[in-house]
Amino acid sequence: MTVCELTEQSLSAQRPVLFRYALLQLKDCELADDAVQETLLAAWQASASFEGNAGLRTWLIGILKHKIADHWRRSARETTIPVFENLAEEDEDCTEDDFFLDDGHWNGGPKAWSDPEAALNRQEFWAIYELCQNNLPPKMARIFMLRELVGLEADEICRDTGLSDANYWVTLHRARLRLRECLENRWFNPSNKEARHA
Amino acid sequence: MRSCRDISALVSQGLDKKLSLSERISVRLHLLICSRCRNFQTQAQFLRKAARRYADDWESRWRKK
Repeated sequence: MTVCELTEQSLSAQRPVLFRYALLQLKDCELADDAVQETLLAAWQASASFEGNAGLRTWLIGILKHKIADHWRRSARETTIPVFENLAEEDEDCTEDDFFLDDGHWNGGPKAWSDPEAALNRQEFWAIYELCQNNLPPKMARIFMLRELVGLEADEICRDTGLSDANYWVTLHRARLRLRECLENRWFNPSNKEARHA
Repeated sequence: MRSCRDISALVSQGLDKKLSLSERISVRLHLLICSRCRNFQTQAQFLRKAARRYADDWESRWRKK
């Protein structure tokens, strides 16, 4: 878009990503729907102020974050108000040291999985997947989900979370190491005795 | 020689961005001789596929709750 023209189509094309982003924060479909609806409406009304430099999606997510924050402000009955970026704090216990020996070789390490594709069709697998994903430390979980579930790009996630580029790659990699290990221990090779983070 | 620790990190990054030529060569050579890093690569790709599938079902899953 060279002239940064906003159309209804270009806005609604972003709806799935916005919805998943909102769902990740609000954990409620109706609320997420509302927030996305309000966001698209606000974007439409403010389309003149869209400069296009930062990209349409980044701009929309900026608006959406305000809508989500508004929601939290309104629901005063909630005892704890979730915060967006508590990502400055490191997750505890989040190095790669458990996964590798001092010389850099795998400690244990990825075994071959038999027929992972078949697992995708098993309902029980998804319960395990969800468990493993929920077991990730908060920062790791958020980065992983923004990347793989919401579908944001690396630079968008860094902007959204204030993470440095290097920190982003390390965090995402550790999330994959953990999730992989958890699935191996709990699904693909449950006889593994060394369930470190599972 | 880069270690499994380094190579697996590059494999992970390679899912999301283009690695430099020397990085790609290191990874390729290492994967020829290291089955565990090969497994990691396959499984990291599988994780992505699983996560996307999960995200597709996410909405319907939540709506049922």
